[in-house]
Amino acid sequence: MRLGRAYGAGPLHLLSHVAALALAAYAFTRIFAGGQPWNVVLWFVGAVVLHDLVAFPLYTGLNRLALGRRMRSVNHVRVPALLSGLSFIVFFPLILGLGDGRYEASTTLSQDVYLGRWLLLCGAMFAVSGLLYAVRARRLRPS
Amino acid sequence: MKLFAQNPPPGPFRRETWRSPVRGPWLTSVLGAALLVGIPVVFATGLLSYVAYEPALGSNNLIGDPGLLDFYVFSWPTSPSWLYALTQGLHVTIGIALVPIVLVKLWSAMPKLFEWPPLRSPAHALERASLALLVSSTLFQFATGIFNAQLYYPWKFSFLSAHFYGGWVFIAAFVLHAVLRVPTMRRSLRERRLLDELRRGLDETTPERGQSALIAPAPSAPTISRRGVLAVTGGASLGLLALTAGQSVGGPLREIALLAPHGRDLGDGPNDFQVNKTASSLGITATQTGADWRLRVAGGTRRVELSRTQLLAMAQQTYELPIACVEGWSTTQTWTGVRLRDLAALAGVESFDELLVESLQEAGSFRRATLSAGQVGDRRSLLALRVNGADLSPDHGFPARIVVPALPGVHCTKWVNRLEFRATRA
Repeated sequence: MRLGRAYGAGPLHLLSHVAALALAAYAFTRIFAGGQPWNVVLWFVGAVVLHDLVAFPLYTGLNRLALGRRMRSVNHVRVPALLSGLSFIVFFPLILGLGDGRYEASTTLSQDVYLGRWLLLCGAMFAVSGLLYAVRARRLRPS
Repeated sequence: MKLFAQNPPPGPFRRETWRSPVRGPWLTSVLGAALLVGIPVVFATGLLSYVAYEPALGSNNLIGDPGLLDFYVFSWPTSPSWLYALTQGLHVTIGIALVPIVLVKLWSAMPKLFEWPPLRSPAHALERASLALLVSSTLFQFATGIFNAQLYYPWKFSFLSAHFYGGWVFIAAFVLHAVLRVPTMRRSLRERRLLDELRRGLDETTPERGQSALIAPAPSAPTISRRGVLAVTGGASLGLLALTAGQSVGGPLREIALLAPHGRDLGDGPNDFQVNKTASSLGITATQTGADWRLRVAGGTRRVELSRTQLLAMAQQTYELPIACVEGWSTTQTWTGVRLRDLAALAGVESFDELLVESLQEAGSFRRATLSAGQVGDRRSLLALRVNGADLSPDHGFPARIVVPALPGVHCTKWVNRLEFRATRA
């Protein structure tokens, strides 16, 4: 009982954590056995740092900037902006033509189309959003 | 000590910094419930992909000694022929579609990262360590998988091995998190009915109530409704689905797969379909595949060497079968060639356990592959010579390639020059 109080939770809590962490540690030993352990660690740690300490402050900061203008239209700007950013995050290797020509050598196709397609997609999303705002604004205007 | 616990440093460690009026356990739970459905699909189909490579045969296993992590391996079937196209299409497409839900879920739980005091007890320390592992392995798995589908490798480790074992790190942390949090999730979901919440506009959007650290103590006025958050998240997820599903499903959906790496139209000719690796990128030359090319068949009572003309003189079979890639795209074509089991009979092979297929290709992980007796025995398993009524093009494996139903694309070896039927059991 005293042990439980010192630990801060029940025995099942401890057992489930030890089991999960042991499985994860075992899987890590298998990854490390494949070589380049420090590069693996760099990617696991880097991913969290990039998300929690770079991406999160960046997008919340941008959001605050948008809200600072106190526009009624804020969602008509930040929703297409968010969707554009999201599609970029998922497809940026193709959009920016990264990968040292591997895509073209493998598939016979050029990566060049993706930047244009992504820009058109962003343009279309902002245009639709703007159009919706115009329709709304007209409806709200006293006649 | 008490003073330390009660005086968080300024910034995100102070609860009043967090102002969102829509953040709270209910919203987090809705997103969590969606992931509780989606993540198991992605994990299970990922394991199935490992199984589909028949890692127990020959040198098929490219991820190193799996130790205890291959207990579920079974013999991968050949029917239905679209099995791998389905499982791997789900793995990649659902994986990509979950990205917005994962990111918004992380946003919703972010105040937890800045809890104060940072460590309350050994139990709390373990919980935080496992959460860090969950976030880290989630980001790692999504990033490596999505980059791989775009043929982008900005790391030094082996993708196959790191993504496979990374999946186990991830699922360990995920299951633990689910076990610990599902009761809280169910309780939170009872607080509001989803349908009611979907009827509430911005004016009726009120902060959640309760003691949760996710609820802002001094929320600002809402700028988006809770249904707005869910609509944007779900819409983004459906949008990504629409942008990628076409490379796997085909048909009219292919037209809108604008950002999918393999969603593109190559033309109308018989060989105008997706290429995984071109002949030139792997150093295959016209001399190697010219008139002097021979197929050697070993493992039987007769040594057999066949020219392409001799192969074409054998009984030809035609089947419509998909080629499905581990990167989540597939393409169904009409293949014509010689049955693998006819080649076994020709070479006088009486019984065998596996077939080693070798390519002219000198480099690369997939210059050879081993097929199971079951895969070879399927009547639709071909050494294909032609596709859609024309000779294979160099990029699709001329003079001859393997096409086996439900076999992962990279094991449908191209530029084949040697087959060896092997008995591994005494």
